[in-house]
Amino acid sequence: MAERIIELRDISKSYGQVYALGGVNLSVDRGEVVGLIGDNGAGKSTLIKILSGVVKPTSGEILVRGKPVTGWSAARSRDAGIETVFQDRALAVQQTIVRNIFMGRELTGWLGWLKVNKEIEEASRLMREIGFTSKVFTPHSIVGQLSGGERQGVAIARAIYKKAELIVLDEPTTALSLTETAKVFHFVRQVRASGRSILFIGHNIHHVFDIADRFVVLDRGKVAFTAGRSEVKSAEDLINFMEDLAHPGGLPGLHEAGDAGRAAR
Amino acid sequence: MSKTMEPDLKSPLGGTHNEAAGKEWRHPSDNLLRGFILDNRAALGTLAVFIVMMALFMIANPTVFTTWYLYSSVLTTLPVALFVVVPLVFVVTCGEIDLSFPATMGFASWVFALVVQAGYDPFLGIAAAIATGTLLGFLVGSLVVYGGLSSLIATLGMNFLLRGLIQIINEGRSTALTGLADSWAYKIFSSQLYGIPVQIFWAIGFVVLSALLYNRHRFGAQVKVVGDNPDSAQQMGIDVKRVRVKVFVFVGIGAAIAGTFSVMINFTWWPTAGDGYLLPVLASVFVGGTPTWGGIGTVVGGAIGAVTVSFIQTGVVAAGLSGFYVQFFNGLIIILSLLGHKWNQARYR
Repeated sequence: MAERIIELRDISKSYGQVYALGGVNLSVDRGEVVGLIGDNGAGKSTLIKILSGVVKPTSGEILVRGKPVTGWSAARSRDAGIETVFQDRALAVQQTIVRNIFMGRELTGWLGWLKVNKEIEEASRLMREIGFTSKVFTPHSIVGQLSGGERQGVAIARAIYKKAELIVLDEPTTALSLTETAKVFHFVRQVRASGRSILFIGHNIHHVFDIADRFVVLDRGKVAFTAGRSEVKSAEDLINFMEDLAHPGGLPGLHEAGDAGRAAR
Repeated sequence: MSKTMEPDLKSPLGGTHNEAAGKEWRHPSDNLLRGFILDNRAALGTLAVFIVMMALFMIANPTVFTTWYLYSSVLTTLPVALFVVVPLVFVVTCGEIDLSFPATMGFASWVFALVVQAGYDPFLGIAAAIATGTLLGFLVGSLVVYGGLSSLIATLGMNFLLRGLIQIINEGRSTALTGLADSWAYKIFSSQLYGIPVQIFWAIGFVVLSALLYNRHRFGAQVKVVGDNPDSAQQMGIDVKRVRVKVFVFVGIGAAIAGTFSVMINFTWWPTAGDGYLLPVLASVFVGGTPTWGGIGTVVGGAIGAVTVSFIQTGVVAAGLSGFYVQFFNGLIIILSLLGHKWNQARYR
C-alpha cells in the first residue's frame, strides 16, 4: 500500500454553538487524486483550512506519514509538504508568471539582486513539469493576459515548487469554461504523474468525477460517502446519491430534474 | 484543449530537460526590439510626449532653444526633483502615496545647514541629512503602516506638522552658508564639469541604480507584488508592512539628498525649502506613466516625466508666451499624458 501522506482522524470544528465539522476522517495516499465533493456549507472550506493549518480543529488527530503531529499550524502543514491553492487564486495579475511563481521567495544572489536567468530556468522547468507550455506565452508573460485555466496553472506551478507532496486545489474549476477546465485537468494529471498527491475540491460532480481516484462526499460536516473510482459506475450514481442526501426519502421527479440539469450543462 | 495549450506529449514526465528549458518558449518578445518596446511602452510614451513638446518649443523660438544656457539652468534644478520623483514611483507602485517629502526635504536640509554652519565638514552634514531623512521616512511610514492610516491624509498631515515645526523653531529665518563654495563636497556635488552642472550626473546615477532596484532586485519585486495583491503577498510569506515602511524610508532618503542638493545650489537654506516641489514632483510620477492603482510603474518613465515637467515652465516663457501660460500648459501636458497612458496601458485584474 502506498505511503499515507496525511490522515485526519475524527476532526471536529465548531464556531461557538455551530458545528462546521463533526468527526471527519480523511486521508490521502502518495500519488493519489482525492475528490472532495460537497454542497455549499458542507464544510469543505473548513476542512481544507484545517488541512493547511490556517484554522485549528476543535478536536481530532492529524497524522503525517503515520505519525501523530501536535501543534498543527500553517508552517507545520507546509513542512509536511502540503501546498494549498486557494479559491481566490492569490496571483498578482499585473506581474509576470516568473514573479508570481517566486513571490516571497525570490532567487537572489549578492545583496539581494535577482538571479533573473536562474528564475526563468526554474520557472520553465516547473511549468513543463505540469505540462503548462505554449507557443503564445513565456515565463515573462503577464498573468493578467492568461485565461482562467492558465492562471490556475501558474498557481499550481507555484505550489509544486519546494518539494510539495500534496497539492490542495480549492474549487480550481469553478467559473471556468469547459476548455479551461480541461487545461486544469491536464495540469492535475501531470502533477499526479510526477508522484505527487492531489486533493481536488469541487461542487461540480462531473469535474471531480473525471479526475479523481477516490471520492469523499461531505454533507453537513460529516463524511457521507467515500468510494474508490471502481466502486462508482458513473457520475450519475454520485449525483443521485448527493440528491438523496439533500432530500432524504426522495422527491417525485427529482432524478429526472437532475438529469435535465446535467444535460443543460 | 485549445490551440494555445498543447500538451507537451513528447517530453518524458518528470524527466530532466533543464538545459532545453528556456529555449523552447516562443513569444513576440523574443524579438529583442519588440520585446523592449512592449516592456517599456509607458516610458517610451512619456519620451514621445517630451520630444513632441520640445519640438513645438523649438519651432516657436529656435534661437532660445538652441542656446546652452537654457539647458544648463534646467539641468541644475532638475536633479533635485529626480531624487524624489524616483522613490515616489516605488511608493505609488506599492499602492501608497507620500505627500510629506517637501517637509522632509526642508527638515533634512535644515540639519545639513546646521551642521555646516557649526563648522563641520559638509560631508558630515550630508550624512546627517540622510540619517534625518531615513528617520523621518521611517516615522511617516510607521505611522501610515502600523497606525493603519490612509497614506494620502496621514502624509499630508505630516507635511504640515514637520513644516510647522521648522517654522516655529526658525521663526522664518533663513541660513546662509557662505563657506560652502570652497568645500570639497561642493566641488564634487554641485560644481560644473565641461560646463555641465555636475548634479545631473549624480541624479542619472541615482535613476539608473533605482531602475535596477525596481526591476532586478528583491526589493522592487516585492514592492510590485505588494502593490498588486497584498493579500497574496502576505499568503506567500512577504512581510507586507515591512515592505511598505521601506518605500517610505526610501522617499525619506531621496528627499534628504534632494534637499541637500537644493541648498548647495543656492548656498542658502530657507525654512520653505522643498515646498515648491510638491505638485511638480507628483505630476512627474504620473506624467511618467506610473498608474495610480499600484502594482506597476516605471522609474525611467518617471525620470523622463520630471524632465518634461521641468521644461514646461522654462519652455513656455522662453517660447515668448507670458508667465501666465505656465499653469495652463502644466495642466495640458498632465491631462494629455494621462490620456495617452490610458490608451497605451491595459489594466489587468
